[in-house]
Amino acid sequence: MSIWYAFCNWLPLEMLHWDFMKNALLAIVIMAPLFGLMSTMIVTGRMSFFSDALGHSAFTGIAIGCICGAAAPAWIAVVFSVVFALVFSFVRSRSNQAADTLIGVFSSAAVALGIFIATLGGGSFTKYNQYLIGDILSVTPGEIGLLALTLLAVAAFWIACSNRLTLVNIHPALASSRGVPVAVTQTLFTVAIAVVVTLSISSVGLLILNSLLVLPGAAARNVSRNLKQYHMCSVLFALAAGIAGLTASYYWGCSAGAAISLVLAVIFGITFALRKVRA
Amino acid sequence: MKHPQHGNSCSDSCCLRIQNLSVSIGTETILSDINLHIHCGQMVALIGPNGAGKSTLINAILGQREYAGVITFSAPGMRHRKPPRIGYVPQSPSFDPGDPISVADLFVCCMSRRPAFLGTGKAMRRKILACLARVHGEDLMDKRVGGLSGGELQRVLLALALEPVPNILILDEPLSGVDVEGQTALMDMLDEIRKSYDLSILMITHDFGMLPQYADKAVLIDRTVVKEGAPSDVLNSPEFRQVFHTKGGQL
Repeated sequence: MSIWYAFCNWLPLEMLHWDFMKNALLAIVIMAPLFGLMSTMIVTGRMSFFSDALGHSAFTGIAIGCICGAAAPAWIAVVFSVVFALVFSFVRSRSNQAADTLIGVFSSAAVALGIFIATLGGGSFTKYNQYLIGDILSVTPGEIGLLALTLLAVAAFWIACSNRLTLVNIHPALASSRGVPVAVTQTLFTVAIAVVVTLSISSVGLLILNSLLVLPGAAARNVSRNLKQYHMCSVLFALAAGIAGLTASYYWGCSAGAAISLVLAVIFGITFALRKVRA
Repeated sequence: MKHPQHGNSCSDSCCLRIQNLSVSIGTETILSDINLHIHCGQMVALIGPNGAGKSTLINAILGQREYAGVITFSAPGMRHRKPPRIGYVPQSPSFDPGDPISVADLFVCCMSRRPAFLGTGKAMRRKILACLARVHGEDLMDKRVGGLSGGELQRVLLALALEPVPNILILDEPLSGVDVEGQTALMDMLDEIRKSYDLSILMITHDFGMLPQYADKAVLIDRTVVKEGAPSDVLNSPEFRQVFHTKGGQL
């Protein structure tokens, strides 16, 4: 951390004078590759809506954790999200309903359960607001450490599995004819999304999380022709939006999460306009 | 390298031998009593109406579906019951036109442990080029998979199925979604491949017009083998007329 602080002090930027800005910037530098990578696969696998639903279920998990009075509600939330993801995968493989319908069912149920538990016995809902809107400016060094560990785990998972995962996402029949276990790979990815979403939600909030999980990949798709460009653009867009959004929130006093999401939306708009040029 | 064929007795010259194969889902029987021999270097067409169980049979051969009966393989220099290498070209798959995945990426995903998103190394590019050369598709390397025409896509999938060179090549409706010119080119290519690699080709098809010229054998399937033999014999048989008239298949 001290190396990072020294580096920030060395940068001639007024906003990096504050420790909370240094923390937030470091969190963004870690989150950009983390969510940039996840985003490519979530978009290719058509799981945008699913990751959104998982964010809501993570919130329910945290509510359950708080009610249980557990020392670390985050870990109870992780368990809840993984169970949610597994049950969803199971139902999806057995049901003839469209995936988006099922996600709607699961998402509503999870949110309802979360609010039900949180307000049980006249409890107040406001203490959960930090999870919904989130605040990257209040991220602590401990949470940054957790994000860094998550990034390492995701990078390792990516190096080991991204080829198979891509194949499963674009053509399951081809994947299984090449000996890739389709159901296992899909479930593994679902669980990975659940763990990442839940671990990040308490530090960064649902809003920024969902935009970072979908928009970088969606924007990168507009202008990429192969997987290397796709991944590079996605990570770069996430990083650029993170830094731009953070700067905007410092000078204009707005929510950093909202600013980052908006910058990502603008990047999507620009790449959308450019897509014909590179098609 | 052709193999001696001693009449119907098929001991070592047989590449794929299916005996008494049946497949059921729950109480419903999809396939029953299938007996089929395919020799090395043969091109065999699997024909039949929709729902006749053609794809089910292929899935059983690929080991993706449980079945009763015996499927054995043999090839020269290969001991019995050793699983053969099967190259599989799935039914004209619909890749999302927006997916930023190049043909090279697809090869890397299938053949390499090195993650495709890190880019394609020089050695790998040479290898992919060699694979694509087998289907005269060197120029397709950096195109997006979603942007290929039906014929180009089939050639790319064929090149994938040929690496490593399989003992048996199975194609599921390779001609659907390909224009007439492309169909002839594709069939010529398959013909060339089976001769140069001495592999057997088993294909599902609805394009019967191509069969007399290219296929050694046609097998008419409707839950079981209804008729097999030379393509023109099968296409002109009463069984063929009966199956397709009563079932309303495409002619």
